[in-house]
Amino acid sequence: MDVKEIIKPENLVYSKTKLMTDNILSYCPGCGHGTAHRLVMEVIDEMGIQSETIGIAPVGCSVIAYDFMNVDMIQAAHGRASAVAVGVKRVMPEKFVFSYQGDGDLAAIGTTETIHTCNRGENITIIFINNGIYGMTGGQMAPTSIKGMTTSTSPYGRDVSTMGNPLKMTELVAQLPGTYYVTRQAVHTPNYVRKAKKAIRHAFELQKLNKGLGFVEIVSNCNSGWKMTPVKANKWLEENMFPIFPLGDIKIDGKLVNK
Amino acid sequence: MGELKLMKGNEAVAEAAIRAGCDAYFGYPITPQSEVIEYLMNERPEQRTGMVVLQAESELAAISMVYGAASAGKKAMTSSSSPGISLKQEGISYMCGAELPCLIVNVVRGGPGLGTIQPSQADYFQSVKGGGHGDYKLLVLAPASVQEMSDFVKLGFDLAFKYRNPVLILSDGIIGQMMEKVEFFDQVPRADNLKQKWAVTGKTADRERNIVTSLDLDAYVNEQRNERLQAKYRKMEAEEVRFEKINCDDAEYLLVAYGSSARICKKTIQLARKKGIKVGLLRPITLFPFPSKQIAELAKKLKGILSVEMSAGQMVEDVLLATRKTPEVPVEHFGRFGGVVHGPEEVLNALIEKFNLAK
Repeated sequence: MDVKEIIKPENLVYSKTKLMTDNILSYCPGCGHGTAHRLVMEVIDEMGIQSETIGIAPVGCSVIAYDFMNVDMIQAAHGRASAVAVGVKRVMPEKFVFSYQGDGDLAAIGTTETIHTCNRGENITIIFINNGIYGMTGGQMAPTSIKGMTTSTSPYGRDVSTMGNPLKMTELVAQLPGTYYVTRQAVHTPNYVRKAKKAIRHAFELQKLNKGLGFVEIVSNCNSGWKMTPVKANKWLEENMFPIFPLGDIKIDGKLVNK
Repeated sequence: MGELKLMKGNEAVAEAAIRAGCDAYFGYPITPQSEVIEYLMNERPEQRTGMVVLQAESELAAISMVYGAASAGKKAMTSSSSPGISLKQEGISYMCGAELPCLIVNVVRGGPGLGTIQPSQADYFQSVKGGGHGDYKLLVLAPASVQEMSDFVKLGFDLAFKYRNPVLILSDGIIGQMMEKVEFFDQVPRADNLKQKWAVTGKTADRERNIVTSLDLDAYVNEQRNERLQAKYRKMEAEEVRFEKINCDDAEYLLVAYGSSARICKKTIQLARKKGIKVGLLRPITLFPFPSKQIAELAKKLKGILSVEMSAGQMVEDVLLATRKTPEVPVEHFGRFGGVVHGPEEVLNALIEKFNLAK
């Protein structure tokens, strides 16, 4: 069968959301960022809120997320994305505001901003990509690097006695009364992609309720930083990251989920 | 005539912010400027005009919130004192790079480090030479009265939006804390939608998405951004120089002083003239752009210039640059520093001593 016979409107089961631009993604092949970007944009598209949405890009691999996301966006200083989001939301409370941040941005240099934004119950959505490493700067140790993990600044493995334990920011913010929905998801298989999209959609819909902050962590991979093939990285993700960062909802409707 | 009130400089900044139609204030307490946020919280500006006031978790967060609100095209401001302004330099640099308007008030105290809570003018370099990383400038206004604390809030917002650049009001602990009569301008309606075409308000079908960023991965593109910024600063230098001249027509000696020091120098002029020393004062009102041409012009007929500031000598470097074509006119510096305020007699004694005027 010729390709032209296959590519027909009636055979189309999926298409790229128009909220993703046609710019070539700057991410490494195998990286989860592209999928996470797409999910956020699909949700905004399906909710029909492009004209009411402002996104905040962090410093890190997703620093130029605004090249790929076709919504109004602000590029924030390292760690300050949630504070910038607060500035936007407070002057335009009727708009949908989200920040998209990595682990170094949100859980190291931006810890203060993250905690206080969550604690005040700002009605924004935070998308937190946790891949346990500083990807953009070349694979240094992140606050979420797991015990024993080899990075360029922990070449003999993360020694928790001198370098600290991986910071579970999502569990931490779930304890704060200002967060209304806190969840941890993944995007490395179709099944998890579907679940993650549902979680992102819920977090965005919350902004209409004015009941508090929606926080979605996505445990993802960094095959370049981890120095693995994409396939091996996804296996390593399941075997090593998930035990420390277990997937699932942590807080729903302002109440901690009992496990 | 506008409404007259007796209040502190810090309170005047706050009242003026509400009246100027400011959309959002984000701040963090620090002495000697905490009255700004205290006054705002007490006034319920959300009821008076719909203005947002939020006490942030840090200076970094406060300036980042200003960055966000300014990106939305709103009139946003923050205030602090020296150590807090140091923390804000990150956000200020980003706002200059991203070409965002905002108003920042620094009620200066003595440094370095934690220093002291007493007044100082030692943040001059930080204010006019950049302060954070990169080639950028703030438009810097230096009030010398509580009246100007109010007036410059309105002027500052106008200039910030005219140039899409942060404007800094460089005050000090004296102006911030002292009470004076102030005549307020009438309430400017707070515009719910300023309709800045560059603002992030949500991408609509009739335009491309708006992006607020200071990032250019390509150095040549970043050079172009810098050239655009530099052109803006040259325009400020051509159009926005503000100053006050007192007793300069027959002056043989010139005092150059801003803010509180200018107030002190006005008394020094009276004392000097009683002794027969012909002294004038040039008070820069804008510190960037600096009234260099005006000083250069005056210098041609002067016997000496004394730069008076509550610092170890910072503005004096700009006075020296301004007078480089008249090297025969000596330029000296005088000032108490570290939080100590000089009196008018001290300034006069310094003038007499440095220029050998004792008879």
